Amino acid sequence: MNEPILHIRDLAVHLGGREVLSSVDFSLRAGELVGLIGPNGAGKTTLLRTALGLLPPHRGVVTVHGRTARQAQGSLGYVPQRHEFAWDFPISVAKAVATGRTHLTGLLGRRGAEDRAAVDEAIARVGLDGLRTRPVGELSGGQRQRVLVARALALRPRVLLLDEPFTGIDAPTQELLSRLLTELRDEGVAVLMTTHDLAAATALCSRLCLLNRTVVADDEPAALADTDIWLRTFGLERAEQLLRSLGVTR
Amino acid sequence: MSAVLDALTGPWEYDFWRRALLVALLSGLVCGVVGGHVVLRGMAFIGDAVAHAVFPGIAVAFVLGTNLVIGGAVAGVITALLIAVVAQNRRLKEDSVIGIFFAAAFGLGIVILSAAPGYGGSLESFLFGSILGISDSDVVSVAVIGAILLLATALLNSRLVAATLDREQARAVGLPVFWLDIALYVMVTLAIVISLQAVGNVLVLALLVTPAAAARLLTDRLGVMMLLAPAIGAGGSVLGLYLSYAFDLAAGGLIVLTLTGIFVLCWLFAPRHGLVTGARSRRSTAVLEAKS
Repeated sequence: MNEPILHIRDLAVHLGGREVLSSVDFSLRAGELVGLIGPNGAGKTTLLRTALGLLPPHRGVVTVHGRTARQAQGSLGYVPQRHEFAWDFPISVAKAVATGRTHLTGLLGRRGAEDRAAVDEAIARVGLDGLRTRPVGELSGGQRQRVLVARALALRPRVLLLDEPFTGIDAPTQELLSRLLTELRDEGVAVLMTTHDLAAATALCSRLCLLNRTVVADDEPAALADTDIWLRTFGLERAEQLLRSLGVTR
Repeated sequence: MSAVLDALTGPWEYDFWRRALLVALLSGLVCGVVGGHVVLRGMAFIGDAVAHAVFPGIAVAFVLGTNLVIGGAVAGVITALLIAVVAQNRRLKEDSVIGIFFAAAFGLGIVILSAAPGYGGSLESFLFGSILGISDSDVVSVAVIGAILLLATALLNSRLVAATLDREQARAVGLPVFWLDIALYVMVTLAIVISLQAVGNVLVLALLVTPAAAARLLTDRLGVMMLLAPAIGAGGSVLGLYLSYAFDLAAGGLIVLTLTGIFVLCWLFAPRHGLVTGARSRRSTAVLEAKS
């Protein structure tokens, strides 16, 4: 098995004096598509933000390509939750996607041939070719999610982190996104996504990492058949609600 | 025709008018460009705060008999930096921090100025502007600072846009978001300082916000907005100055009212988002949809 690109060892993160993550060990390799699963407040977004170098570890180590998370900033693709983006900003789809490479351009922000090619390729991959000049404020929820994914892909990253990419999107975008993530995995990109869509995660991901302040379990979906692990992750006493969200029972 | 030309060129024979026209033009231009970022970030309140914060610096410069523009710039930048640093404390919302500092700075300015002899007249000119009393050295200060601001905006534009669009992602790719905030605060401060003499402390926010807000109503394209805002700012300021000459009324107030008039016209008749034109366009779309 190849070396991990993202390596997290004994990680603890404190926010506002509270321990949000504790003793987290996790690794992500090239060609893996991993789902980060857990209830609200489990620390999923905190884990992504720490891997991006946005939060300092209280204890432990986070490395990306052997460098610290802060040193690796600018090399990871990141798709934040949709509310982080100012959708009322007067900017077209193509220009919004191009902002993903702003840190690579010179002071005047001039974009070279490589920048333009990367942006064109990213827009084509998410199927927004016909909407390049459309102001982002006029897009639907699904189209907005595609813009965020394209902006991350414009960086041509080897690691892609996505925060709740399946939340509030229509069926065509869900299908496109699932196909795209699978293609990226096959191309050797390491993909890590947080999601509450357990059914999609189980169907799509090669590995699931169940998180509730620490890693409860981390394995292939088929190996996570023990209901107790899921109940412990979500702090539930009975399995009905969980099975309902997977579409197993009514 | 020649009467109109005479009316336009008539005041040119006065030195004070030529200086006033130049400062109105430059202030409108620079505030339009910087104001574009202020409006898009939703930081009009910060602009208001900085406008008040430059006051103690101007008061100190007035008492010491030094350059008012430099005095105001120093005080504004110090306050802007204090706001940026204290606002990092997440227990306090940014608008609370701004409220504390700008009121304190304004109070300090009044106390300093009240210690100077004959402060009543000076206070009025600081608060409401005295564009017709601008000196040659002030014009040079405005031109130099204005040119630096236009250059800085051109250089930082793409990074400021990325940070405004999505702060989280901008941080994630390693853009120095905190320093970009500081740079924008300093740019806002300087734009306000060079415009103070045109419209005064109380009204300067209008130069920063109104042209950019009008431009935003006219377009959904960032590049177009960043060209329209300075054009509206400069055009409105010059028109307001001419109106003040024609009717012998306060220049600062008329500049602001002219800009407000342009904003109201845009609000009513902007091609897609105007109250009147937007309603008409929505009606035609509904008719077309009903026919099809």
